[in-house]
Amino acid sequence: MSKYMVNLKINNTPIQVEEGTTILDAAKRLNFRIPTLCNHPDLSVAGNCRVCVVEVKGARLLAASCATPVSEGMEVNTNSEKVRIARKHVLELLLSEHNADCTKCFKNGHCELQELASEYRYGDHIFIDLVKAKDKILDISSPSITRDASKCIRCQRCVRTCTELQAVSALAVVHKGDHQIISTFLNKPLNDVVCTNCGQCINRCPTGALYERNYIEDVWHAIYDPNKFVVVETAPATRVALGEDLGLEPGHRVTGKMVSALRKMGFNKVLDTDFTADLTIMEEGTELLTRLKRALVDKDETVKLPLLTSCSPGWVKFQEHMFPDLIDNLSSCKSPQQMFGALAKTYYADKVNIKAENMVVVSIMPCTAKKFECNRSEMRDSGFKDVDYVLTTRELAMMIKQAGIEFDKLEDESYDSILGESTGAAVIFGTTGGVMEAALRTAYEIITGNEVPFTNLNIQPVRGMEGVKEASIKIKNTKPEWNFLEGVELNVAVAHGLANAKQLMELVQSGKSNYHFIEVMGCPGGCIGGGGQPIPTSAEIRKRRAEAIYAEDMGKTIRKSHENPEVAEVYKEYLTHPLGHKSHELLHTHYKVRKRY
Amino acid sequence: MEQKQLKKIDIIFGWDDKCTPIQVVEKTIKKTAESIILDMIDSGLKGRGGAGFPTGLKWKFTRNEESDVKYVICNADEGEPGTFKDREILDRVPEKIFSGMTICAYVIGAREGYIYIRGEYNFMLKTLQQKVDLFNQQLHDKKVDFQIYLRSGSGAYVCGEESALFESMEGKRGEPRNKPPYPTVAGYNSKPTVINNVETLVYTSEICRMGPEQFKALGTKDSRGSKVFSVSGDTPIAGIYELELGMSLKDFVEDFGDGDTKAIQVGGASGHCVPRKKFNDTIIGFEGIPTGGSMMIFNSSRSMYNVLHDYLEFFTEESCGQCTPCRIGCQQLLKGIEAVKKGERPPTYLDDLKRLTATMKIAAKCGLGQSVANPFTSIVDNFREEIIY
Repeated sequence: MSKYMVNLKINNTPIQVEEGTTILDAAKRLNFRIPTLCNHPDLSVAGNCRVCVVEVKGARLLAASCATPVSEGMEVNTNSEKVRIARKHVLELLLSEHNADCTKCFKNGHCELQELASEYRYGDHIFIDLVKAKDKILDISSPSITRDASKCIRCQRCVRTCTELQAVSALAVVHKGDHQIISTFLNKPLNDVVCTNCGQCINRCPTGALYERNYIEDVWHAIYDPNKFVVVETAPATRVALGEDLGLEPGHRVTGKMVSALRKMGFNKVLDTDFTADLTIMEEGTELLTRLKRALVDKDETVKLPLLTSCSPGWVKFQEHMFPDLIDNLSSCKSPQQMFGALAKTYYADKVNIKAENMVVVSIMPCTAKKFECNRSEMRDSGFKDVDYVLTTRELAMMIKQAGIEFDKLEDESYDSILGESTGAAVIFGTTGGVMEAALRTAYEIITGNEVPFTNLNIQPVRGMEGVKEASIKIKNTKPEWNFLEGVELNVAVAHGLANAKQLMELVQSGKSNYHFIEVMGCPGGCIGGGGQPIPTSAEIRKRRAEAIYAEDMGKTIRKSHENPEVAEVYKEYLTHPLGHKSHELLHTHYKVRKRY
Repeated sequence: MEQKQLKKIDIIFGWDDKCTPIQVVEKTIKKTAESIILDMIDSGLKGRGGAGFPTGLKWKFTRNEESDVKYVICNADEGEPGTFKDREILDRVPEKIFSGMTICAYVIGAREGYIYIRGEYNFMLKTLQQKVDLFNQQLHDKKVDFQIYLRSGSGAYVCGEESALFESMEGKRGEPRNKPPYPTVAGYNSKPTVINNVETLVYTSEICRMGPEQFKALGTKDSRGSKVFSVSGDTPIAGIYELELGMSLKDFVEDFGDGDTKAIQVGGASGHCVPRKKFNDTIIGFEGIPTGGSMMIFNSSRSMYNVLHDYLEFFTEESCGQCTPCRIGCQQLLKGIEAVKKGERPPTYLDDLKRLTATMKIAAKCGLGQSVANPFTSIVDNFREEIIY
């Protein structure tokens, strides 16, 4: 149905827009910026903060521009006296309820309320301070996310994120009036509810009410300790987003500069989680083929298919809470971060002749759930805590600034070896569909001896930002040992964002799906949209980060995990073969059923 | 301004044995929907919940929407402090409500109707359900394709706001929605919905019974008909009275006051406070002060500071909390008058607060926050010294 065009005037400037456009968007097109707080491009319209009110000629009430569609002949004023007075009142009211200790706040300089307060500079705050003492007590129960209720402005962006994008609903609006707060089930600590630690709420919180539990000081302390050998690993998606917090545009690839900065900060070795991403493909790919063989050849009815990826710790915890009947479908592979930690404190420690107890493993992640993951009791297979500290991309940017490093002037440097080499298949782990694509590139070749039948190895059907993607690949001309797969149509699916994952899992639960392998990433867009990535986030920003990831892949000489020479070396020297004894000991794990409340 | 003498009326609670509510339905649905709408518009009936939207137009707009499913909802979430007339109607003549709902359903093309009844009235659910069942059976026997269901609220004042009521009915947190869309386009379950107050629906049935002429002979040009009032406070004869619209407060207070009336709060906590000196020129009706029916009478023993403080405490607690002007504004007003009373803020702070209410009136998301200005400014303007000293 074609849309009608509507004529209106904003600040006396005529404009024609499609029916259904909001006043806010129409004004944007005329380059009139209207301040907003509760509005977010990823979320449904709330219209509750009222910062964006505008005057519509002839109307008794001011209109929330984010929630009001344009109409024919409308005359809008975005800066009338009424509007300015209302906006001032709204901002001052919000500030009266907000614990404005900005200089002590973790979000200092990254706060939308602070920005607006600084833009309007009202000197005459007349209202009475309403911040409650009990709200100043932080919720630090979670190893991933810290909540400071005294900073909350009740815009409900976190609630909408948690319900609409993630289908988790760990956060909700409770009580009404002056008692209204954003809280959890029975006001329990965040760590005791269904929270998956995905951190998407942090990415959309306009103030300092939600932020990552930060370990910056702990890491500096380890770096300064002469008795500690500090190894750092960097996740695929950090290299295409870190620049945003250091003055660069979204989509900038800063891999070499990041390595250089980490070295200058004093890390003893700068290694790459991409290496263990390649290793994950070897283990998980073999696991898939083993399960397929048990199902197709051995006719084993107990085998759990589809196989579900397990790289995303937010997704894993979601599954443990919401679909406990499907946890055996999760791959037993640890995530690349945890494979790295386990190998670092065993194989690698021996290699560099450092005692494991003196080694500190720090990982730089686009993720907050990784902070939870490294604290899981299962993640101590080296005999120590495999990964000691997880820093988000944002925390790393802060540390680079604190170290006085001029990031944009750095020369590119390369990762240390060994555990530093990686392939294009590993780097695409950073975006939705990447694990699937990497797995298919390797599995298809193992089975048939031929490359996957897609131009330039780019498996387009699993790429892009659609919530759930599907692909089928017909296996032809198998090697003799894989002939049971001859002619088999391998059905795969990919989901990102937990609301999409939930939809896919319900389909699997119903028994109506015929998938063999499913990749799920907990965050919208995959790790590039992770809860530890630079703020703000939007579909456009995530798209640019994803493009940078694929460009990084195309720029690699080796683009298939099984061709990573360091991976081959580690198998030869230590692990022997995928799913071997050592692998089981160090690289695989198990899951636990968790309650919903 | 056109003015009427105080006159007691007996339409709402009257009973016509020759034309019972179900007979009104039978008689009315022989007419076309268009002619019923014309009768409603002609009668001049405006919504009796307080906002006063012309009922005939509401029905017409909803009828004009294209949709397989439409709803009629009776708003029986009578929560305005000082209002208790819907309770009496639900208790004594619920069949007239059912009749009004059925006629509305016939006009707009709805097959389901709901009565959303405030949680505090749950004690009457059992008997009301029996009466609903009986009426539904009669509709079924007469092959009228419409059924009525009861829904209980959970105690939040804001759920009387129509869109918050829909949210509550849909099992969600009772928070008002953004408008547009209005209920006539997207109401309950996002379907076109007529939502009318209990009393309004009874009048629609009565207008169909007696014809629009008899109804519009009562009242004034802008306020046709009569209205049920809940009279409370410092009065020897508290209770429920149906009166012709358009009387002056002076006449009202002569009949209902205790001889020492200082002020009357017209329209409940969210209404206006009228001081004695303005009784003469205050008309009760849409041209003067509209009301959902609450008339609270205060005599000279009452502190208007306490009255305002009570109202503000009520709004501070009953704001749903989602929008800034209402959630924080109410708290600032309450704490503000306390600070002025204690001398922690100067008397002129009341003027700052009045400016805040002016913002709340135009920037809050729903009628709750928008109407807090009414009691605040009318009490502060007329009883300023009582607030300060």
